[in-house]
Amino acid sequence: MNDIAAKVLEGDQRSIARLITLAENGSPLAASGMKKIHPYTGNAYVIGITGVMGSGKSTLIYELTKEYRRKGLKVGIIAIDPTSPFSGGALLGDRIRMMDLATDDGVFIRSMGTRGMLGGLTSAVYDVVEILDASGKDLVLVETVGVGQAEVDVIKIADTTLVVLVPGLGDSIQTIKAGIMEIADIYIVNKADRFGVEQAVAELESLIDIACTGKDRKTPVLTTVAKENKGIVELINEIENHKKHLKKTKMFDAKRRKRYEAELVEIIRKRLMNFIFDESTFKGKVESLIDQISKKEVDPYTAAEEILGKILK
Amino acid sequence: MDQKIRVLIAKPGLDGHDRGAKIVARALRDAGMEVVYTGLHQTAEMIVETAIQEDVNVIGLSLLSGAHMTLFKDVTKLLNAKGLNDVLIIGGGIIPEEDVSKLKKAGVSGVFGPGTHCEDIVRFIRKNVKK
Repeated sequence: MNDIAAKVLEGDQRSIARLITLAENGSPLAASGMKKIHPYTGNAYVIGITGVMGSGKSTLIYELTKEYRRKGLKVGIIAIDPTSPFSGGALLGDRIRMMDLATDDGVFIRSMGTRGMLGGLTSAVYDVVEILDASGKDLVLVETVGVGQAEVDVIKIADTTLVVLVPGLGDSIQTIKAGIMEIADIYIVNKADRFGVEQAVAELESLIDIACTGKDRKTPVLTTVAKENKGIVELINEIENHKKHLKKTKMFDAKRRKRYEAELVEIIRKRLMNFIFDESTFKGKVESLIDQISKKEVDPYTAAEEILGKILK
Repeated sequence: MDQKIRVLIAKPGLDGHDRGAKIVARALRDAGMEVVYTGLHQTAEMIVETAIQEDVNVIGLSLLSGAHMTLFKDVTKLLNAKGLNDVLIIGGGIIPEEDVSKLKKAGVSGVFGPGTHCEDIVRFIRKNVKK
């Protein structure tokens, strides 16, 4: 197990896969591997792809990957699907749209469940980006779950965020609501062979025009028909333009710093929660406090203060 | 540690009948497992590479075309060649009784035909999963 980090750095598929599993399971073995690979990270460019379910994110990733592979670049893909809040299980089906990438050794695809996270990502996604980065991937594409309006965590991890829309999602008020419509570095109207594409583009353009943010870069709106490979080259050019813009304005380093901040917070949050809710920590105290809250013998704030008091003393 | 059983459900070869595979995928999801579903027309290479990248504990193969003796064995051979000895292989579909013992000899630990209860598959996986 000691050399798993070394093997990840060599690009060994099984070691990459195993370290991801360890990280996802919160294993202590993952931490030692992650510590070793961190110095070798920071080279991969991270593209986040988010959008409503059925908008074509997986197909878009497939086409993007094929295009990047033609350029000789290595690609890591993290495809996230929702975990059931009831069973804890998940059906991870994004690979269906990426089938023939499975045997390309310049591509590594990992499907992940959200495992309780609500922002469109999964807790271990920061680790997985680092692992794929350290293994020599030039690009890491992160596909969020199909989102609604408010799942915006992808901006914490992506250098460039793509928001994928389709024609017919609603009127101009939908486009000026907060949340998902604020996070795009590039808007994509996919399935642009469908009715309503002109209206969708026009509404996005007007959303961008009325923004009073004083940004020196206008967010581009692109149309694609991913399943026919239309608009993919143009999209890659826009991603490249955005990357240049980030580097020129020094926003690149600021974005990376934000990612590390989010990663640090996530590690602490996970460890703290595991510590508090691990049975061996307070030996039934947490359970008995929950019972007391249910019986109105204690209120949730007093209970929380009691638990935190034990840690912070 | 929050360890989940990860399962790959795949349909090798030329067979468009995926209802059974989808029912099993859903049942395993409802049993708390993470199910990677790859869809139709998979080659042995695709299945094995996917199993490696997804680090699954179980591979479930479904085939109704009659080519299971060839295609299931292709997968188990390739898994052995790659040294993936800790993955549980199960199969389902239209598998004649006389083939079951041969498949088991070839490394397909459980074979589940029509009429199998989903809970039996869940129980089999939980009992036999290797890590």
